[in-house]
Amino acid sequence: MPAAHDRPASAAVRPAAVTARGWGWRHAGRSRPAVRALDLDIRPGERVLLLGPSGAGKSTLLHALAGVLGDVNDDGEAGDSDESGSLLIDGASPRERRGRAGLMQQDPETQVVLSRVGDDVAFGAENLAVPRDEIWTRVHEALDDVGLAHLPLDHPTSALSGGQKQRLALAGILAMRPGLILLDEPTANLDPIGVLEVRDAVGRCLDKTGATLVVVEHRVSVWKDLVDRIVVLQPGSAADPAVLLDGPPDQVLAEARAMLIAAGVWVPGFVPATRNRTSSGTGDLLLAAEDLAVSRERPRRRRFKTVPPVPVQQDISAQVRAGQALTVTGPNGAGKSTFALTLAGLLAPVEGNVSATVDLSRGAGIDPCKWKAEQLIARIGTVFQEPEHQFVTGNVLDELMFGPRHVGHGEERVDELLERLRLTELVDANPYTLSGGEKRRLSVATVLAAHPQVLVLDEPTFGQDANTWAELASFLSELLDAGTAVVSVTHDAEFSAVLGGAELRLGTTEAVAP
Amino acid sequence: MRQELTLAGNRALLTRANPLSKFAAVVFMTVVLALSIDWVSASVALVCELLLFPLAGLTLTLLWQRGWPLILAAAVGGWSTSILAPDSGKTLLDVGIWSMSEGSLELGLGFMLRGLAIALPAVLLMSCTDPTDLADALAQKARLSHRFVLGTLAAMRLVGLMAEEWQTIGMARRARGVGSRGNPLQRLKATLGQSFGLLVQAIRRASRLAVTMEARGFGGGDRTWARESTYSRLDVWVLAGGALMAAAAVAAAMWAGTWSFVGG
Amino acid sequence: MSTAAIKKTGNTWRIVDIVVAALIAIAGGVIFWAWSQGAAAVSPPMNAVYPPLTGLIAGGWMIPAVLGMLVIRKPGAALFCETVAAMGELIMGSPYGASVLFSGFVQGLGAEIIFAVFVYKKFNLPVSLLAGAAAGLFCGLNDSFAPWGWNIAYAGGDKLAYIVFTAISGAVIAGALSWVATRGLARTGVLSSFASRKAATEPVFS
Repeated sequence: MPAAHDRPASAAVRPAAVTARGWGWRHAGRSRPAVRALDLDIRPGERVLLLGPSGAGKSTLLHALAGVLGDVNDDGEAGDSDESGSLLIDGASPRERRGRAGLMQQDPETQVVLSRVGDDVAFGAENLAVPRDEIWTRVHEALDDVGLAHLPLDHPTSALSGGQKQRLALAGILAMRPGLILLDEPTANLDPIGVLEVRDAVGRCLDKTGATLVVVEHRVSVWKDLVDRIVVLQPGSAADPAVLLDGPPDQVLAEARAMLIAAGVWVPGFVPATRNRTSSGTGDLLLAAEDLAVSRERPRRRRFKTVPPVPVQQDISAQVRAGQALTVTGPNGAGKSTFALTLAGLLAPVEGNVSATVDLSRGAGIDPCKWKAEQLIARIGTVFQEPEHQFVTGNVLDELMFGPRHVGHGEERVDELLERLRLTELVDANPYTLSGGEKRRLSVATVLAAHPQVLVLDEPTFGQDANTWAELASFLSELLDAGTAVVSVTHDAEFSAVLGGAELRLGTTEAVAP
Repeated sequence: MRQELTLAGNRALLTRANPLSKFAAVVFMTVVLALSIDWVSASVALVCELLLFPLAGLTLTLLWQRGWPLILAAAVGGWSTSILAPDSGKTLLDVGIWSMSEGSLELGLGFMLRGLAIALPAVLLMSCTDPTDLADALAQKARLSHRFVLGTLAAMRLVGLMAEEWQTIGMARRARGVGSRGNPLQRLKATLGQSFGLLVQAIRRASRLAVTMEARGFGGGDRTWARESTYSRLDVWVLAGGALMAAAAVAAAMWAGTWSFVGG
Repeated sequence: MSTAAIKKTGNTWRIVDIVVAALIAIAGGVIFWAWSQGAAAVSPPMNAVYPPLTGLIAGGWMIPAVLGMLVIRKPGAALFCETVAAMGELIMGSPYGASVLFSGFVQGLGAEIIFAVFVYKKFNLPVSLLAGAAAGLFCGLNDSFAPWGWNIAYAGGDKLAYIVFTAISGAVIAGALSWVATRGLARTGVLSSFASRKAATEPVFS
């Protein structure tokens, strides 16, 4: 590997222009087009934030610009994808302009391609047939630009945090020297620190290269100061144009504020209205953690001895009371989720213990981890960060009935939950086909259907739009007032404020460092 | 299971050889050892392999941790061969369908040693070979399609993630009331459900990863390689070493008169 | 954009085909690895009683071949997936050593031949069962007659019993299960970019 780190005179990046004329796209197997009749001009070097309700075709547009749409599978039948009008980068089809645009998506895990940092950054440049020596120059420069220059080139990519992975992806894009950078909700899966890391890295790189930017993101405040234009898209129809509003950020936000709020967009300075807590009394103790040490790993057997895993966090004590909220906060890697899962009886503690009081255990025994699955769900319900991990049946109604059927009662409550969480229309749908917000609401409803006294939620508001956020917060505040205990792992201070209650802050432990 | 697919920390001599030459040496040994079931050739090969372990950065402790399932499997294979092979010589055991004779026991023992002698070189190979280097060699030297080689390599990176997700899905399903305990049938059902959940996530992830790769210009025509896969003098030694070990095993068996060709 | 250029992609592998096929193969490896921990309870008794019985759980190894083809629906999918799965097993540490690659290739070939006979047009239940059985048959033959086969020293009747068991296992575990899984996957919408996206509504027998 070349050690030379000579900066080339100028990393000549020519910013790209985008032109759409009556452009439309229908995905394979769908009856309605995702984008219809789009007219849009983006000048070289412009920085555009794309907003709009879900279903407005924002992601489709980004994918098209990245040249990854349209490589469609053709089985010779009707129902394949369909394109109309024209969408051009510098006057040519994006597919013929490989390397002119670089795309970053939401899930950090899939933005990394290879197992070593250096290889991953080099990947795009290799595909563009850049000469070997030049590749390594670009790799060093790109890593420097995104603030990862301190990592050795053979550092394993699996050891990076979410924010670092996204910055690595950005470096991989930069090494291609693209004139157009496309970001599809690049920070939706990151904690607040990661969000700023990525936003600032993008800002620095744009300032340096002058590339054109198109970013899709629900949280306007993150990108508002970085962009110079906001374009609001709306779901296409024959009558309406695809672009609803277009202009400088302040102007668009002022004109479209009401509409954006209605569409669930996080407009700066706006916190959705939520229900206020009514009761604030102290409830009965249900669950207590004492001197807990937690880890996801199981004890290993080695030479007739059982070796306990190294805990990610230790000496945690906490109490969960009926009708009270407990918010677990702390930096990434502090073991918040691991603690919540241990408290919820899903992981065995490494040290210390979790004990249920008689009010909660109702004869099932003191240790939740030893309860049978059907005993557990009627006492402690856990909502995982990824709703799909919890789907167990083929349609929404069965999904909701599943818990009550296992517990043996509570089927009558299902209708009320369907109504309350606006799922009634969707009873026959396959859970996996729902939108992000619908999946979140369903996953909360399914867990509540078994009527647990304690509800544990892992990052329930992650990546949710403002509407789902407000609904969820209000609903939980209602549950709390009705006497359910709610434990939530969250980075979301506004959300904790709605729920009230106590905060348990976990710090980084020295024991974690190898 | 190996979660970490890189070889960070391993600086042993054999990590510097080209994966293809190591692979060729292992395949050659495997084929030669497979030709005969006898305890002499297998034992000679086994001893040679154990001597090579330090060169691949393997210690006995590591070998034991990674290798005991192989030993168990080989023992089971030896057992089944010794009771099912056609009997010859004195009968040692005869209970219903089980019968073991001197001849079949010797065959079973030879089989067990041969199984180990075939399994160990692969362990040796993978502990001194980084999958990334193997992919580089397969695409650049063996001239396999880089789309397939790198597509597979990128997917393999997700294996650790899949293993982690398997555990998470298991907990998430317990939180829905799906028990992973109970009778074998219930457990099988729970495992199938969990597998389906993992499969959905695997396909989602793979689809997104494919978009990422394509958006980085992957899949087009010619590409360059940031790192060249090269052969060195070490590779000559690796190939010669493989051939020599195979030859020593065969010669020893011939000399001892135990060589028995599987086809004959 | 000319649709003619797009239509040509019928039989060539797109990047998404390659990556998804590879990950199906690898996830198959993870699932089977997890399952084999449970199977460890089943396998030794089977071995102790009558070793060829282990052929009955062999079908698990052939899931990637059939499932990969049912999802991707491109020539070579069965062969590719099964070979990659074997590669994955080699990396994790296989008791069969490097010979596992050949076994994987042969099993994949068995399934591939069946799909090829139907010119890659039929992916219904009977074809899936046949493909699974063929993969199982090839697995049984490889294990019984190839020099590195684990059952090479068995007596003839035991070899035959083993081969029958692997074929049955292949049909049921690899064939039927993969077919059911593909329909389930199609319902979740994750197959939307593949020819198999309509698998859930396709007729079972024709």
